[in-house]
Order: sequence, then structure tokens, then C-alpha cells
Amino acid sequence: MNLAFHIAKTHLLTRKKQTLIAMLGVTFGIGMFISLVSLMTGLNKFSEDISMSSSPHIRMYKELKAGEKQVIDEVFKNQINIVHHVKPKDEVLRIRNAAEITEQLNKDDRVAAVSPLVVSQVFFNYGPIQLQGLVSGVNIFEEDKLFDISAKIKSGSLEDLSIHKDGILLGTGLAKKLSAAVGDRVQITTPKGDVLSLKVVGTFQMGIGTIDNVRSYANINTVQNILQVSHSFITDINIRLKDINKAASIAKEYAAVYGNTCEDWETANATFQTGNTVRNIITYAVSITLLIVAGFGIYNILTMSIYNKMKDIAILKAIGFNATDIRNVFLLQSIIIGFFGSIAGLLLGFILSSLIAQAPFDAGEFFSITHFPVNFDPLYYIIGIVFGIATTSLAGLMPSFKAGKMDPVEIIRGQ
Amino acid sequence: MDILIAENITKYFYDPVKFKVLDDISFKVKQGEFMALVGKSGCGKSTLLYVLSTLDTDYSGNLKIANNDLYQWTQSELSAFRNQNIGFVFQFHYLLPEFSCLENVMIPALKLARKSKNEIEHDAMNKLKILGIDDQALKPAHKLSGGQQQRVAIARALINEPSIIMCDEPTGNLDTYNTDLVFDIFKMLTHELKQSIIAVTHDNDFSARCDRIVEMADGKIIS
Repeated sequence: MNLAFHIAKTHLLTRKKQTLIAMLGVTFGIGMFISLVSLMTGLNKFSEDISMSSSPHIRMYKELKAGEKQVIDEVFKNQINIVHHVKPKDEVLRIRNAAEITEQLNKDDRVAAVSPLVVSQVFFNYGPIQLQGLVSGVNIFEEDKLFDISAKIKSGSLEDLSIHKDGILLGTGLAKKLSAAVGDRVQITTPKGDVLSLKVVGTFQMGIGTIDNVRSYANINTVQNILQVSHSFITDINIRLKDINKAASIAKEYAAVYGNTCEDWETANATFQTGNTVRNIITYAVSITLLIVAGFGIYNILTMSIYNKMKDIAILKAIGFNATDIRNVFLLQSIIIGFFGSIAGLLLGFILSSLIAQAPFDAGEFFSITHFPVNFDPLYYIIGIVFGIATTSLAGLMPSFKAGKMDPVEIIRGQ
Repeated sequence: MDILIAENITKYFYDPVKFKVLDDISFKVKQGEFMALVGKSGCGKSTLLYVLSTLDTDYSGNLKIANNDLYQWTQSELSAFRNQNIGFVFQFHYLLPEFSCLENVMIPALKLARKSKNEIEHDAMNKLKILGIDDQALKPAHKLSGGQQQRVAIARALINEPSIIMCDEPTGNLDTYNTDLVFDIFKMLTHELKQSIIAVTHDNDFSARCDRIVEMADGKIIS
């Protein structure tokens, strides 16, 4: 094997130009794969983070449903009854027994954090204009565990909300529209028409325009008071899991146990998920195509090289090399090309993705980012090199076996 | 002692039509014998050489070299056998052009892997010295003249101290001066080192000076 390696190395080094060209094919393939996959997964991760910041792993709430079971079905059981235009009951959209459920959820091993909250539509009064918005009554520390709000605070502080009973945290977009800064007071109008004044203790930025323009946080008791409901009134329970990938199955389980609607983050962000899938397909399709092209390049060069080296193959066989030895000589060449080509490809990919990461990217109002999000996960570098070596070895396999099987007598006779 | 025994070797060519190229050939080669295999073009002497050298296995009959009955050995076993027991010298030298002369000589021994690399290098240098081209040892093989290349090829054939050396027109591509040189080397190898050599040749002057001449015609040995 050592000798085969020595011969392979000598062959490659005496034809530097050809070797370099073969390597460049692999280098470009892997380099493009790395930069594509880095950008695409970076975008995916970014959109996932964004969707994570706006939706909990599981959101439990009471959905408005027109009565599914009609009285008529109870009376005339053995016939098909059709009731047109069923209207919902006058029912408050609250989670019953919220305190109990919260306690049980907190005991579940799979759950990392639970935050019960009261969400209400409100109007923010700005001079003569009323801006629509949402106020979430929360225990801000519980909510922080779910959405890491403390990292997204732009001014003021999270703790101030727990100190000031009538405090409010505004989304940056909302604060800008209201020209409100920390310390100012804002007036809100509840759906029932009550007007209340709250003190701005801080602003936060989730990074999505549609959220930062409408959402605000206040203390749960304050919101319950504004809405004139009891302190057991809870509209949503947000749940953070230890393993995000189990969200869908656990959501189903909770829905069955507690009878409320449980929506997992994947369902809530289906559009993001579709985008991710499409990006992944494009990334892999393009990368595989590039590598296959590089593979054909290696196949060609190796076939040419074997054709040129027929005399050498004959003499090596005559002096005692068997088919396996000859095959190894050529297979090693393609593996060496693949290895160094891939390493250079990783480097090229890293340089390209570093450049992309520095390119300014204006996503407009919707996302607050300034540069392309690029993922530098080492996993993709490992995939890249494995993929590169695998393709080149595969491409080298057929010509190498052919070389191993060549009949030396035929070659010598043909001379 | 007989180093090579061929018994009833028969071989057919099938393309384009079935044709008996070797017809029941039997002969022996003694240790230290310098044998020339002569005959007209197409008489089958090269074909016989490839059969004897185990490169061609498509024949019937028995072949025994250095007390090994080679009938029905696998290709891999034959490769290992060639590596150790058979040295080759061809008309067109067939050195590996990318390697230095020294490396060319060393390769069969490195393949055999019986000795350390240093010992092999020392041995190879010795063989080159015997053939008088040790001063060219580190040059790439393709930079040498034909005669020098052929001497390197002979050194390579000798490196594993084979039982027998097979030559296919060893002087076919050389001028008179180099032909004489190569012949003298062969003579020295057979007489002083007791090396057996079979050489296929067209060159009547060359064959006339050999220990023994085997002449072939139409696939048979005629003398």
C-alpha cells in the first residue's frame, strides 16, 4: 500500500497541471456547497429564530368554535340532522382551570417553562388618532424564560415592569409610532371602552415588524383589572419545551388531555417551514450537481491518465504487481485529488461565506437585520469533505478497476 | 539442475480464427544457462516467452519454474511469484519515466518488501554499479540514452535475485556498441553469477554467441 501511495504521489506530482485542474473541479464543487449551505441554513436558522421569538413551542388557548354538538342530535339520535348557520354560544374565550393546568405543566419533565397570560386587543391613543395594538398581561419573568425578552430590550429594563404596577413594555415600532420614550405615559382604550394611562418602562425589539408594531407587555394583574375580569382569567398558556422537535406530538397530547386548542410552533409558522424546505432542496440539488460535474471531470482525467500509463501498467504487472496493487495506485490518485480538492474547497467555502456574511442586506421593515445571516456550523464542513472524497473515489473506482484488469501481454504486444 | 521445465505447452489464438500458435512444446533450461529463442516473425517465440513468464495463463500443459508447479495458480499468486522469481527485460526498456533510475530498480524489491528501504537502496546501487551506470542513479529514467535505460532495466530484473530472467528482444533497439555491452553483461551474469536467461531475439550475431539456441517454426521447436 505504501508503494502504491508512493507511485500515485509521483504520478500526480509529475503532472501538476492536470492534477491541479482535477482538484479545482472538486474545490469549486465543495466551495459552492459550503457557501450555499451556509447561507441557506443561515437564512433558515434566522427565520426559525424569528418565528421562535414570536411564537412559543406550544400555545394553548381556547378557540372560538361554533357548537359542534347540537341539541337536535341528542333528541333525534337515529337520523341525520342538518342545522344551517350555527352561531357560537356567548362564551368567554378563557382557559378554565388555568392555574391548575399551569401547575401540572410545570411538573411535566419535558417542559422547560410555562407562562400563562391574558391577551387583549386595545387601542393606543395618540392625540386624536387611535392605534390598534395588543397588550399581553404576563408575569414578565416567566415570559422572559420563553422568549428571552431581556436580550431584546432596547431601552428601559425588564425588571421595571415588575416594580411598576402600571408599567408597560412597548414594541419598538409601536413606541416609535406613539413617539413614546421610557418614562412617558400612554393611554389605552380597552374593547369595552375604558381608558387607562400606563407608564412606559421600556421598549423591546423582536426583529419582526408585524410584532414590534403592535405588541406590548404589561403585568398580568393590571391587564386583568383593565378588562375587569377575575384574577383567574387566562386566555393563553405559552409553553417552552426542552426538546423543540417534540412540539407537534406533545401539543396533540395536551389538546387531548386539557381540551383546549394546542398549537405547536411548526403549525403556527407553516410558511416559514415551507420556505426552509424549498431552500434545502435547492441547496442540495445545486451542490450535488456541482459535485457530479466534478466527479465526471475526475473520471475523464483518470481515464486519460490510465490510457497514457498503459506501458507502466504492463511493466508493473510484469514485475509482480497484481490487479489490486494497480487498482490502488489509480484509486489513491483520485482519493488524493478528492482529499486536497475538498480541503481547498472548504477553505474557499469559508472565505466565500465570510464575504457573504459581510454583505449588507436590507430586509426592509419586516426583518431588522443589516447583513446576510450565515451559518458557520462545522457539521456542514464535515459533510462537505466526506461528500467530496466519496464522489471522487466513486468517480475513480471504475477507471481504477479497469486499469487493474488490463492484460499486460496485450499491451506489450500492441507496442 | 533444471530451473525451468516446460511440458506439452499448447496454446491457441481464437481471433480472428482458431489457430494453434504453440504446438506441444517441451524443453528445459538449466541453472546458469544462457538460452536464445529464435525463429521467424510469427513463429510463436514471443507468445511462448509470455507463457513461460506466467504473464499469459491461457494455455494447456505444465510449467515448472524453480520447483514450483505453476499450473492453475491464481493471478495474484502468479504476480507474487513473478515479483520474486522472474526478471524481465524488454525491447522498449519500459522504465517508469517519472521515477529516478535508482527508484526504478528498487520498485520490485519494495514490492517484495523483504528488506528495509535502506538495504534495498544499497542493493539497487550495487546492481547499478555492476552494470556500470551507478553515476546515473539519481537521474529521471527518461533522460537516459537507450543503452543506459536497458542497463537500468537489467538491474531492475536482477534486484530480487530471480530464478530466471526473460528477455524479449533485449538488444532490438540498441546500436552495436550497446548490444555488445548488454551481451557481455548477460554472459557475465550467467557464467559468474549462475543466473539463467531466456532471450527471444532476431539478432543472429547475438544468438550465435549464446550457450544454447532453441529455434522455433510454426509453433514447434525445430532444433
